[in-house]
Amino acid sequence: MKPRQPTALLAFALLVVFAVLLAPAAEAAKIGELTGNSVRDQALRFLTLRDPAVRYALAGSMLLGISCGLLGAFLVVRRLALVGDALSHAVLPGVAAGFLWSQTKDPFAIFVGAVIAGLLGTLVVEGIKQTTRLKEDAALGLVLAGFYAVGICMVTMIQRLPTGAKSGIDKFLFGQAAAIGPRDLQLMAVVAVLATATVLVFYKELLVASFDAAFARSIGYPVRVIHYSLMLLLAFSVVSALQAVGVVLVSAMLITPAAAAYLLTDRMHRMLLYAAVIGLVSGALGCFLSFLGSNLPTGPLMVLSGSALFTAAFLFASRHGVVTRWWNHRSSASRVRRENTLKTVYRILEDRKFHGEGVSLRELAERRRETIEDANRQARDLVRHGLATFHPADLCVLLTPVGRQRAIELVRNHRLWELYLTHAAHIPADHVHEDAERIEHVLGEDVVRELERRLNYADTDPHGRPIPTPNAIQAAGPVETTRRPPPGYGL
Amino acid sequence: MTPPTPAPPPPPPPLEIHDLTVTYHRRPVLWGVDLAVPAGKLVGIIGPNGAGKSTLIKACMGVVPIAGGWVRIFGSPLSRAHRRVGYVPQRESVDWDFPVSVMDVVLMGRYGKIGLFRRPSRADRDIARACLEKVGMLPYANRQIANLSGGQQQRVFLARALAQESDLYFMDEPFAGVDAATEAAIVTLLHELRDRGCTILVVHHDLPTARNYFDMLLLLNLRRVAFGPTDEVFTYELLQKTYGGRLTILSEVAEAVRQHGAPIP
Repeated sequence: MKPRQPTALLAFALLVVFAVLLAPAAEAAKIGELTGNSVRDQALRFLTLRDPAVRYALAGSMLLGISCGLLGAFLVVRRLALVGDALSHAVLPGVAAGFLWSQTKDPFAIFVGAVIAGLLGTLVVEGIKQTTRLKEDAALGLVLAGFYAVGICMVTMIQRLPTGAKSGIDKFLFGQAAAIGPRDLQLMAVVAVLATATVLVFYKELLVASFDAAFARSIGYPVRVIHYSLMLLLAFSVVSALQAVGVVLVSAMLITPAAAAYLLTDRMHRMLLYAAVIGLVSGALGCFLSFLGSNLPTGPLMVLSGSALFTAAFLFASRHGVVTRWWNHRSSASRVRRENTLKTVYRILEDRKFHGEGVSLRELAERRRETIEDANRQARDLVRHGLATFHPADLCVLLTPVGRQRAIELVRNHRLWELYLTHAAHIPADHVHEDAERIEHVLGEDVVRELERRLNYADTDPHGRPIPTPNAIQAAGPVETTRRPPPGYGL
Repeated sequence: MTPPTPAPPPPPPPLEIHDLTVTYHRRPVLWGVDLAVPAGKLVGIIGPNGAGKSTLIKACMGVVPIAGGWVRIFGSPLSRAHRRVGYVPQRESVDWDFPVSVMDVVLMGRYGKIGLFRRPSRADRDIARACLEKVGMLPYANRQIANLSGGQQQRVFLARALAQESDLYFMDEPFAGVDAATEAAIVTLLHELRDRGCTILVVHHDLPTARNYFDMLLLLNLRRVAFGPTDEVFTYELLQKTYGGRLTILSEVAEAVRQHGAPIP
């Protein structure tokens, strides 16, 4: 665990966001003024950040990406992804109630209403779980749909009111980053800082409570308090993101960056960092695309950006990625092929009692029962990897010191393994070759040393061939100075 | 002639349980259990499935709520004794795909001793490393916990418990699903801990080995059937009473309690 690094990076990310905020601001533009330009004008306007409305929208989108990414990471590892979904739908009646109460789109009233509704939703889920036989998934489904239906009815009613018609309350459904005002932004900044600080300060408590709640309780940690604090923070960040992402899709901002991060790393602190960064990038990207399209709903575009990043992680993650795994498999297959060529060269030399260092392509092709072209291709592959040199005049390959070393290792691994299987595992000698063909490529130095020790440093394999030692070639007699294969072996 | 000075009171036992009752969905799963475990003993808890073995140790550590009675650890209530208690939960109780390394998990054993707002120090890491070494898992320290075998997972949990440096240990089926080599290693480790003066309670479900492993046995089936030195308790009659007799009346009454919602203390 090296928490310093992510701490610093997160702090940096936050700094960048605040720098954007502090850029000299004029009066905020109104929502309606942002439409009507061409795509190029909109892009220019966005990228130069001249317009304060653009700055608010961008900063807000990035902030919500950070807080949703961080908290979403805990949801994903605790298998609570659906809780995020239910929570985010349950807030809608609260949004509407907040609006009715304040009679305007006051961010604070809406925030309070939404948080209360969200927490009420999670409490109802808990209640259903504890008093009935229903399991969590059914309880979540019930609450999600029920609260959401109430919310939709209320929003529709508000739009029929004289004050509600032009209020933009419908923007809460699919999100509109351009509608983020200075007060919304303040709220988002507070939530993002709160979420980041909580994760940094209580990392250890959150980690153990998420991984092993029973153990956490046994060492006296208030697991219930930790759980509900996390839920409260989650409600905060969902609600602060509503304006930009919308009720329908805000849960995707919790899950998508965290899911992508989960594929990218095996350690929680890195997952948190990646989730925050991916959240930030999806937020910014979604916001940008929404401006390009003259105020398309921001929520779907952010989620699409996040999904694109997830797809990239799915395909290219260093360990779990689909393409990466395919690529690793391919490159290990080509390494095995190369090493087999190397071994063939050694075997040819061995059969000649190491007279002449060069091995002609014809010999190689005959031994491997292949065409000269194939042998040539493989010889080139050896050359490319510095394992051999090629001498066009004689059409023969000559092992470099590195190549020779590796060849000896491979033959040695192969024969040691055969010996081990026949001796220690009592497998008949005619069964061990296939196995050794695979094992020889993966045996590490430590294992080889252990094998040697167990086999009393034997020097002959079960088929009676010598097990080469690292200086086998030199020890095999006077090395011929010529590169040429002995007469009769050339092309 | 001076009056004889009164002998100092004996130190409180590591674990004292009085009239402990635990309910699950209002159904009693442990009923009026009394227990006082002397120091420096390796105690096996045995009984049939659903006898409340895991529940007993969880209740002792405050992992599940207590419906009645009390638990004292070294004479003090649990809330003041967390630091003296070590715990090895059942292996299946956690998600082994969780993004943490073996080292991260063992360091969690130090969390109870690290204050709020603090991170594990170098000394904590050294202790964790020593504990990993002890269970033969040091080469795995930086691996993610997925892909460990059952025996290796159990060793990681044991290392975490060792890192707690406690005087009283609760272990929930540490032998379940581990290979013979790990089982032998765990037994050696338990004996070592016991010889250092630790008191260890182990939930166990294999009768033949229970006799050899433990100094004392607690036979449990909803209530305490017997508790004492292994030689005295491991008898046909008592085992029959624990397993064979099925205590049907007791569990029928427990079911009735659940259905009628009768008050349980």
